[in-house]
Amino acid sequence: MGRVSSLRALRTDRFSRDAVETWLFTVLRWVVIGFLAVATVFPFYYMVLLSVRPIEDVLLNPGSLWVGWDELTLTTYRTVLSPVSAGGQGFLTFMLNSALVSLATVLLTLLVAIPGSYAVSRLRFTGRRQVHFLFLAVYLFPTMLLAIPLFTLFTRMGLRGSLAALVVVYIAQTVPVSIYMLRNYFTTIPEGIEEAAAIDGCSRWQIVLRVTLPLAAPAVMANALYIFMIAWNEFLFALLFLVEHRERWTVSLGLAQLSGGIEVSRTVLMAGSVVLTIPVVLLFFAAERLLIEGLTSGADKG
Amino acid sequence: MTTTQRAPTRQSASRRFFRPLTLRQQENRAGWVFLSPTLVIVLVIVVLPILWTTMLAFQRVRLINIRQAGLFGDYTLRNFSAVFNTPGFWSSLWTTLVYSVGGTALSVFGGLVAALALRRAFPGRGPLRAAMLLPYVAPVVAVAFAWEVMLSPQYGIVNEWGVRLLGWDAPVAFLSQRQTQVSLWGVEFDIPLALLTVVLFEGWRYFPFAFLFLLARLQAVPRDLEEAALVDGATPSQRLRHILLPQLGPVIALLCVLRFIMTFNKFDDVYLLTGGGAGTEVVAVRVYEFLTARFDIGAAAAQALVMAGVLVIFLLIYLRLFAPRLEGER
Repeated sequence: MGRVSSLRALRTDRFSRDAVETWLFTVLRWVVIGFLAVATVFPFYYMVLLSVRPIEDVLLNPGSLWVGWDELTLTTYRTVLSPVSAGGQGFLTFMLNSALVSLATVLLTLLVAIPGSYAVSRLRFTGRRQVHFLFLAVYLFPTMLLAIPLFTLFTRMGLRGSLAALVVVYIAQTVPVSIYMLRNYFTTIPEGIEEAAAIDGCSRWQIVLRVTLPLAAPAVMANALYIFMIAWNEFLFALLFLVEHRERWTVSLGLAQLSGGIEVSRTVLMAGSVVLTIPVVLLFFAAERLLIEGLTSGADKG
Repeated sequence: MTTTQRAPTRQSASRRFFRPLTLRQQENRAGWVFLSPTLVIVLVIVVLPILWTTMLAFQRVRLINIRQAGLFGDYTLRNFSAVFNTPGFWSSLWTTLVYSVGGTALSVFGGLVAALALRRAFPGRGPLRAAMLLPYVAPVVAVAFAWEVMLSPQYGIVNEWGVRLLGWDAPVAFLSQRQTQVSLWGVEFDIPLALLTVVLFEGWRYFPFAFLFLLARLQAVPRDLEEAALVDGATPSQRLRHILLPQLGPVIALLCVLRFIMTFNKFDDVYLLTGGGAGTEVVAVRVYEFLTARFDIGAAAAQALVMAGVLVIFLLIYLRLFAPRLEGER
């Protein structure tokens, strides 16, 4: 008797708790969604907004969230992009440098990482596990530990200011991630397909080039984009190697140096930030699905 | 299996090859050939420099006399004793620790909340999910400046609104004020303002990373698990506590380790936001200062080495504490 009533009490109590919690979670969920949307998008919106507002207007009315058509100005972009000789900041040159460095990094890293990741995922060779551990360890070591000797060495060899030296460092920085991403994809390709090609008389290189690589094209593409982003966004090594050679600056470095200039207004700085951000964001949105899958494949297995 | 053993099913295939190598041996050779470019790059650009840093840390080297430093230079512990005896080093190590733990906790927690909120479909989820990755993919220099301008005491929108709408007494210098007093329920205490702002930035920039991985894992949780709990009358919070969190456990643990390591080694964010001022000097920024402003390579190397050592110690402690449980959950 007592047990039945307590059970019933439990049931009704549960039910009400359940109802309250369900209601609470629904409300909280929308609050969180709204908050996240504002928190992630707002800084970017603010960046674009400030870049097209006249600086006097910003100082007068810093809290404004809108810009009228009559106030809208693009002179900030002209200042940022036009060459130094024309009184600008020369960001077009910086963009060209960044593009060169990033593309070279992508191509060379893939050239190195594709065979490397294929070996790690497919071929059983002695020392495979140790090598894999080495790549992981490399990825986790403080970058500063590398920066000191490389800075010293390049200073000594007179290589500071060389974009090629920067590319070499970027390759070393991106190869481990690249191998990790590609390896995850290679392991999902059934081995039977490769064995069939081997029986048809393909050599190892032919198998990789004609069978595995075409199958892994989406992963390679995602990987290329990811490497491009890392290289485009990189700051520390660009700062260490290039700072004394203005004509070699990448966009990231150019922007950081721009902020040091006292006579540069904040709206120009924001225009520079937009110029730096746009290529990466465009690439990201063009290939969002590809990138997310490439990055998290394997994560859902726990 | 040793390398000399042949797989019997493949013997027929191996006969066709010209060289008298077993397939296993060929595979072994191919593996090393395929791997060699990567290995060369990693050895030359990463492993050798790290070894060299270790050597430099034990020599009195400045950029001017770098030519005299060599493999057989004078080895000394003076860099380390100099580093340990300056108070700045210990405080910067402590700052790094606070910064790493805070940044890691905030980004993983933020990612978890975001993943739970975006788990089920709703109109506009796709675009929102893409937008939420913006802080992670955007260049650090650009977003750091956007924050700097937003938080500026002179023309920043945060202070403008804070003063106008929230009734702050005066604009707050978020990035250049070391400490500020806040009163919570009548109790006054100091908080390290600039450090907190930098930690917040770290959480903002990296929660998408945790979000991505946690969302992928959440969507792989078997439906029947939750349905069974629902039938048993589990409330939403109970389902979260007893079904979802245990499922996410290993991913959360992994994310914590990864984020801790990355934040611990981080240079760009603090350097760009505060330049290491106002109580935010992390070891990486300090090493950079020693390297480029003082050209004191030996001291810079010693500090970087201590930093790496501390990181390794933390990882070992972490593995000791959590590894057995991790294995069990799998």
